[in-house]
Amino acid sequence: MSVEIEPGQAQEPAGAGPARPRPARPWWMRPAFHTGIVGAIIGYFLGHWLGNLLSSGYARNPLSDMNDFPLVLGYVIGTIGWLVGLGVFNDLFRQMLGRPVPVLEEEEAGASGLARYFRYTLDHKVVGIQYLVGMIVYFCTGGLFAMAIRTELLSPTYHIMNASSYLTVVGEHGTMMMMMMSSVVLGPFGQYLLPLMIGSKRMAFQRLEALAFWLTPPAYVILLSGVLLGGFPTGWTGYAPLSLQATQGMDSYAVAFGIMGISLILAGFNIFVTVVNYRAPGMRWSRLPMFVWSMLTVSFLMVLSVPVLVGGLFMLITDRTVETAFYANTLGGSSYLYENLFWFFGHPEVYILALPGFGIVSEIIPVFCRKPLFGYRVAGAGMIGVALLSFFVWQHHLFDSGINPEMRPLFMLTTELISIPTGFIYLVAMGTFWKAKIRFTVPMLFAMALYFNFLIGGISGVFLSDVPADTTEHGSFFVMAHFHYTIMGGLIFAFMAACYYWLPKMMGIRLNQRLGYIHFWTMFIFFNSTFLPLFAVGMLGQPRRVFEYARNLQPLNDWVSISSFLLGGSILIFLINFIWSTVFAREKETGNPWNSRGLEWQVSSPPPPGNFAHVPVVLSGPYDYGVKDAPPVADLNPPAGVVSASYATASVGAGE
Amino acid sequence: MAESPAPAAPAAPPASEPNHGLRIFLIWIVLALAADLLIWLVWYPHFPPGDMSSSAQHQQFDIGVLALTAAPVMLFVWVYFGYALVTWRHRRGDDEDGPPIFGHTGLQATWIGGTAVIVLAAFVFGTVELIVPAGAGAGQGPLPVWKPAGHNYLQVQVIGQQWAFTYRYPQFGGMESTQLMLPVNRPIEFHVTSLDVIHSFWPYLLGVKADANPAVDNVAYTTAKHTGRFVVRCNELCGLWHGAMYNYGRVTTPAAFQVWASGTEAAERRSGVLAALPPYRLTYDPTVVPQLGRDVVKVAGITGANGYYYPPQDPEQP
Repeated sequence: MSVEIEPGQAQEPAGAGPARPRPARPWWMRPAFHTGIVGAIIGYFLGHWLGNLLSSGYARNPLSDMNDFPLVLGYVIGTIGWLVGLGVFNDLFRQMLGRPVPVLEEEEAGASGLARYFRYTLDHKVVGIQYLVGMIVYFCTGGLFAMAIRTELLSPTYHIMNASSYLTVVGEHGTMMMMMMSSVVLGPFGQYLLPLMIGSKRMAFQRLEALAFWLTPPAYVILLSGVLLGGFPTGWTGYAPLSLQATQGMDSYAVAFGIMGISLILAGFNIFVTVVNYRAPGMRWSRLPMFVWSMLTVSFLMVLSVPVLVGGLFMLITDRTVETAFYANTLGGSSYLYENLFWFFGHPEVYILALPGFGIVSEIIPVFCRKPLFGYRVAGAGMIGVALLSFFVWQHHLFDSGINPEMRPLFMLTTELISIPTGFIYLVAMGTFWKAKIRFTVPMLFAMALYFNFLIGGISGVFLSDVPADTTEHGSFFVMAHFHYTIMGGLIFAFMAACYYWLPKMMGIRLNQRLGYIHFWTMFIFFNSTFLPLFAVGMLGQPRRVFEYARNLQPLNDWVSISSFLLGGSILIFLINFIWSTVFAREKETGNPWNSRGLEWQVSSPPPPGNFAHVPVVLSGPYDYGVKDAPPVADLNPPAGVVSASYATASVGAGE
Repeated sequence: MAESPAPAAPAAPPASEPNHGLRIFLIWIVLALAADLLIWLVWYPHFPPGDMSSSAQHQQFDIGVLALTAAPVMLFVWVYFGYALVTWRHRRGDDEDGPPIFGHTGLQATWIGGTAVIVLAAFVFGTVELIVPAGAGAGQGPLPVWKPAGHNYLQVQVIGQQWAFTYRYPQFGGMESTQLMLPVNRPIEFHVTSLDVIHSFWPYLLGVKADANPAVDNVAYTTAKHTGRFVVRCNELCGLWHGAMYNYGRVTTPAAFQVWASGTEAAERRSGVLAALPPYRLTYDPTVVPQLGRDVVKVAGITGANGYYYPPQDPEQP
């Protein structure tokens, strides 16, 4: 089933005429970033005042002049004020007042210039670019915190930060990365490319999509503001009861993560509705690009697991503000409740991080091997298998915590089983490389690095899934090395591959290839140099999140720290390349520089407003390289009647 | 999805085409055997966490077997990709696409079957290694199911609090020590609990790890096999001084242990410390401590380092 065309007319509420073209106002009079900030400030003060009014009896911390309740309400109402200032609710109010509501075509017709990137917009391509810039900012912020951690760990005895600052830095790094990087591929590349890849002119819920992006700046700012409130001592996991004991910075963590969680839920919801309902005629499930499959599975993970996190954090906030006792053992609650709620989200979360990486590399390697993707069905089954199984493994984070001991063989089994569908991705890659014509372009190098890094990360995961081995490894730097190899070595390398591969499509310019090669080699070498020794550091007994460690581990820690600074340097090279290429050099790269069969490459770069002049009819899969006389991937100018005929067939009988 | 016109797996190749599959296999088998021999003969005896206790020895074996399995798997992927990058890289001037191979049912089935067998074998092995060494030193909660044989356990209660571990010996009157002394060759039953937030008891060389939750008794077993000194670290982020929350323990001969334990019990009884301690229980509610004789500050039902276990001159309040 697929929807073919936009409704012919703009939305017409009862009693009003067709939409009037809106008078063009100067950018500073239209709702945008700057009005959002004004709204946020007003909202924060309103919330803070309201919180003090409501909670005047709850002096939770008698040593402080600011209680948690006004802080939490300030953040929440501040976020609502930010959205109001941005104009998120304007269309809603217009409908309620019976006035016409703008549609995408109007907006695209009048769109030009930089200002639209600072507005609440219906165009998914603009949202994609907004996400890309945002994600790079969030990643670099988290990365700076990481380098601060490694600076502290240069010496086991000489400390450059006090204990509270160190734990705050650790928590900020972890939380910034984990909550933001969940959308690092889905945001920039999922939102931008999905309609292009399935032959659609739009996403299903355009306003939800933009809202999902505009929730990320408040999450970022609220999380960072925790530093100003004394920080939080729990790391990104936020375990109770330490999080109940902590002071005001903990509220920043809970609210920021909750807001980002809402963003994830909305983005995921939008994506799977779009993929199910907005595919062009001929875009059967068996022709769907592998990247779209990864977005589809990730979106299900988001929608099903993130609400559990939001619920758990909500209970944390009520424990801290209105004196409920969900997580306090001595008052009838249970610390295990938080752990289980968090990890029920936490495990699908890491697959939300890993699967887009798989999708990107599965998309890139056929192009640069000039061969079809080997085992399309196996790859799809791998993604679906990983997504399904990821809900059944979460207690492997809790093997030593005192859970029912008989549960542990069960979770060991499910965790070991999940390595089978993960292995399918390798089968598919190895088959694609067989007798290929491999071109070593920058995106291809990053994609191959993912396979190298994720192998190490994945096999170390098998070590962790084994309960006896986990007795030594749990909570140590071995775990750290494992997840950095899978998440940074997997997802972030794939993100870089996607940047180099798809930036010509998204912006019509190419990133400098020489800088790209330098970026790749420095990042790959220093990434491995940073994280490979950490397996040994963990096995030799250094726990996570400590600032003092055994003296004999200092050489290893110093090697790791210096490598991490050099790794930061390689990310700087990427930043320089990105900013130089997009702002200053702007070398044009239109058309299809990689000679890819992907549907997104069949339109101009950047794509025209509306993506396709007419809804295309898809004729074959995107991976038919080497097939003699392969039909083109789609007919971009279908004869009149073809599209409506296919729509009729679908409604009558067994259409796809 | 079409089957390939020509098989992708090693089959009768044309005379000029080398047998890639066989070459890859030969390179791999040589490297894998070499790696496994190196691991087992040279590296394994030095594997963490050493052999100071029964659970440590079993974990060492466990990690060794996992390494023996992992090395050939990783080498297979690396050898394959290395061979592919060298053999099938794009040659200048060749603008043809590669052969349109969409899949190979036999290869896919073999891969799925093979990985499933390896994974299930790892699961069975891991379960056996968990059960046989009495829970592999991991915390089993208040109702442990895998206990060592015999009844001659030494019970040691490990109390985690912000930010120190203390140890109580119920079989010696419930006396409390800041140093963990243990006898060699006698099964030890650790009861790990906390007074405030979640900590984790990790005596690295003993191969034991058990989270300390408030109001929960987490039981873990091991038997020390060699005498010596070991460090005990906190393994779960528990607040500001988590990084400094460690102390030391020692495994001694049974006779020396008996002398130390009865001696400490007698000393604490004489000095009145034993009477001042709360009665020995499997868990404690620190919000109710009659001996302290005054109100204990509690926030959200938690005490801990909010101010009253450490005097004001000690480092920062949280």
